[in-house]
Amino acid sequence: MTSLSQFAEVLDYDEALEKFDPVLGLEVHVELNTHTKMFCGCSTEFGAEPNTQVCPVCLGLPGALPVLNQTGLESAIRIGLALNCSIAQWCRFARKNYFYPDMPKNFQTSQYDEPIAFEGYLDVELEDGETFRVEIERAHMEEDTGKSLHIGGSTGRIQGAEYSLVDYNRAGIPLIEIVTKPIRGAGDRAPEVAKAYVSALRELLRALKVSDVKMEQGSMRCDVNASLRPRAEDQDAVPLGTRTETKNVNSLRSVERAVKYEISRQAAVLVEGGSIFQETRHWHEDTGITTSGRPKSDADDYRYFPEPDLVPIAPAAQWVEELRATLPEPPALRRRRLQSEWGFSDKEMRDLYNGGAVELVEATVAAGASSAAARKWWTGELARLANQQEKTLAEMPVTPAQIAQLQALVDGGQLTDSLARQALEGVLAGEGDPEQVVEKRGLVVVSDEGALGEAVDRAIAANPGIADKIRAGKVQAAGALIGAVMKEMKGKADAARVRELVIERLAPDAEA
Amino acid sequence: MSELIRRTAAELSGLLSSGEVSAVEVTQAHLDRIAQVDGDVHAFLHVAGEQALAEAAAVDTARKAGEQLGALAGVPIAVKDVMTTQGLPTTAGSKMLEGWIPPYDATVVRRLKEARLVTLGKTNMDEFAMGSSTEHSAYGATHNPWDLDRIPGGSGGGSSAALAAFEAPLATGTDTGGSIRQPASVTGTVGVKPTYGAVSRYGLIALASSLDQAGPCARTVLDTALLHEVMAGHDPLDSTSLTDGYPDVVAAAKAGATEGIAGLKIGVIRELHGGDGGYQAGVMARFDESLALLTKAGAEIVEVSCPSFTAALAAYYLILPSEASSNLAKFDAMRYGLRVGPAGVEAPSAEQVMAATRAAGFGDEVKRRIILGTYALSSGYYDAYYGSAQKVRTLIQRDFAAAFGQADVLVSPTSPTTAFKLGAKLDDPLSMYLQDVATIPANLAGVPGMSLPSGLADEDGLPAGIQLLAPAQADDRLYRVGAALESLLVESWGGPFLAKNTLEAMK
Ligand SMILES: [Zn+2]
Repeated sequence: MTSLSQFAEVLDYDEALEKFDPVLGLEVHVELNTHTKMFCGCSTEFGAEPNTQVCPVCLGLPGALPVLNQTGLESAIRIGLALNCSIAQWCRFARKNYFYPDMPKNFQTSQYDEPIAFEGYLDVELEDGETFRVEIERAHMEEDTGKSLHIGGSTGRIQGAEYSLVDYNRAGIPLIEIVTKPIRGAGDRAPEVAKAYVSALRELLRALKVSDVKMEQGSMRCDVNASLRPRAEDQDAVPLGTRTETKNVNSLRSVERAVKYEISRQAAVLVEGGSIFQETRHWHEDTGITTSGRPKSDADDYRYFPEPDLVPIAPAAQWVEELRATLPEPPALRRRRLQSEWGFSDKEMRDLYNGGAVELVEATVAAGASSAAARKWWTGELARLANQQEKTLAEMPVTPAQIAQLQALVDGGQLTDSLARQALEGVLAGEGDPEQVVEKRGLVVVSDEGALGEAVDRAIAANPGIADKIRAGKVQAAGALIGAVMKEMKGKADAARVRELVIERLAPDAEA
Repeated sequence: MSELIRRTAAELSGLLSSGEVSAVEVTQAHLDRIAQVDGDVHAFLHVAGEQALAEAAAVDTARKAGEQLGALAGVPIAVKDVMTTQGLPTTAGSKMLEGWIPPYDATVVRRLKEARLVTLGKTNMDEFAMGSSTEHSAYGATHNPWDLDRIPGGSGGGSSAALAAFEAPLATGTDTGGSIRQPASVTGTVGVKPTYGAVSRYGLIALASSLDQAGPCARTVLDTALLHEVMAGHDPLDSTSLTDGYPDVVAAAKAGATEGIAGLKIGVIRELHGGDGGYQAGVMARFDESLALLTKAGAEIVEVSCPSFTAALAAYYLILPSEASSNLAKFDAMRYGLRVGPAGVEAPSAEQVMAATRAAGFGDEVKRRIILGTYALSSGYYDAYYGSAQKVRTLIQRDFAAAFGQADVLVSPTSPTTAFKLGAKLDDPLSMYLQDVATIPANLAGVPGMSLPSGLADEDGLPAGIQLLAPAQADDRLYRVGAALESLLVESWGGPFLAKNTLEAMK
């Protein structure tokens, strides 16, 4: 606490980076999407009524025993392989002993010094296309705890609460914890590297189909370790500084912000001559700061010992190789392949990736649209709307197939661009597929020459000044008349044809 | 007093299947006996009279309807209170679980029900199975039917006393360091700790997961085999459960009694044969007598050495408390069982309630072992204590492997002494721990062991026991040799000694 009151200031980020070299460590917990829990047959479905997905095993009733979920083990091995890790030939679970009401047995069944996967790496792509290698120390299996809800008090934290309720539905959900080695050498790009790593990891896990990786639902949770050491010529010779662990940083943006904040905060403490305490810190999404949690030290004693209720795991080498064969194409390679198939520039592809649109474009192309049209929709109109509504593209209530259908209507001449946007609006409003929206809203291009001609005539009569300008050769003024006609026709006219009709009438000799 | 309570389970099985008696009659006879003597013996923590009669009536109906029933259908059994029983209180002898009714059956209990045995009730035990006298039960000690001022052994003293007092023909036990075998030894009954993994641990309130093993208790070797057959078998709910290697123990018991044991090699463990282990003279005399009978029957007696056994007790008292300290952490007042608020605190935190509940709910012996285990697992001490103990465990396994290279079964006295007086060792935990010096190696190595009566010690007229040990998954050897020795002994006594000494005495 003294650290907070004494050195509340943060140092300017650039100044902090001039003086210090940041070293990061990321611990990511991923909930596997197995149908049942890690050690019992209970459902893992998210969002059920509290304490309805429980049994003697995951409630820790006297006498109950765990049995390992084989699919969970399989997922763990596949994750390890995808992270270029070695897979343990023999390993065990361990008990991590500590008392907490949301832990039914008051020990967590986890892995300690014998993780299922170890010594790997993940190459992550930064925003400018550069690749940064993050080394993986280990990936191990464990069970999730229950969830405490603190009632009363203002913060939702246990301090100040009147009472707490515990939901054990989450207790025993399979988790994989992926721990990086210290990430050095990122320099001022440390926040970006952290974000890119979590993003790349999420993409990889999604491709493996082992987790929902929904950070907002907690199926992927990130703890950020950060420390600073003084800048030096021979940076590697400088020992690592004391680190803090910021818990539950649960969005990509927050990962970046939390790293940046911790660098600035720690730098402020250090330049004032203070020292960093090894502690757990809380991340505050709203204010973008971290605050001191409980002190953590290497003396935290979890009294780990091998879990005697579970037999050792010894995955057969042949099985591991079979699992290796099921690995999907690495996301970065896949993106490179798609880029060349689609003919996009590096920047176009990067924008697509950073905007989270690669899968969406891929699916839209698969549904029949051209890659250019698919990209245009997802990075144009849809990105604009998503941004407006503060949603991600994937959260927009429209499917790639619907976008492909919309584009087919445009390509077939049934819709103008303007009508297509209206049709999209209908789809997003839940009115059905594009064709149904077109039908319901009557969004059809007017191709009746007579009706169009009459509308053009009316527009000329209503805007004599503009008509004169066009007659005098200022063909670019035609836009105003076209706009008036389109407005009268409620956008259902083909703008190009209207333009032809205007020119025909007022400046037949002009170049169209 | 009904003559039915004198019968062995095998005899009752015959009477029931021939229709000579009904399961209700057999059950009622035992309930009557419990009503008559259990006020003195206190073998039971809970008697499920009504439920037992209903179960018995259902067996009778099924039999009349011509249903195919197992050998023990309708035979009553007493269940150690460490096994969860759906709808029946289960306390493990602790205040911590007073009033707790489990929502599920232990696999062993489910298997008993499937075989249609009739559960008479739940038997007393040392709290969470920690003890060798049943004096550590939170619900009062059980008394040895041979002498009510003496201990019936522990932790399964309730089960052994129920058998010796003829309150039940069969009982279940669990054995972590001798909790089946030592009570059998001091009550003149038979008890078997099967190979680790042969009987499911699902639903046994865990003491030390890597040592705990449930097994059968009865008054004869054959009855023990009949119950063993029902209890053992692979269980997908226990990942340490064996998938194969279940020998036919009933056939082995029958063969031992009829075919004898000529040519078998029997190894006497030098380190467990008298010496400075505090062995009572009468216990050793009966043991040597049994060896002479075995020799006479054609077995070859060899001496084997298991040098690491001298470190077994020390290793055991590191491994057991370590695992127990973690296994017992779940008793925290949050979800079930006792909840005690700290005195003088108006709005206690969860942590305060946990601490107050554990302070009030656990007895001294349990606290002693939780503290020992917590210490042994602490960082900085782990390697020296838990780590070293595991190494001893490996050495003991090697000693067994070498010994079984020289002999088919190994033998020793089960317990160094006969039943001691209630209260005699309560203030001296170490001397209490020494009761298990001969039984502990089997748990550390996972091998099966049996205790059967070897006779009465001359100095006090109380029963002594002989222990047989066999290689893992060769439980049948125990039954073969045990049944042979039993028939030789009974012949030498001129009939079973138990009825004369406990049944007649407690009329
Ligand atoms: Zn469950």
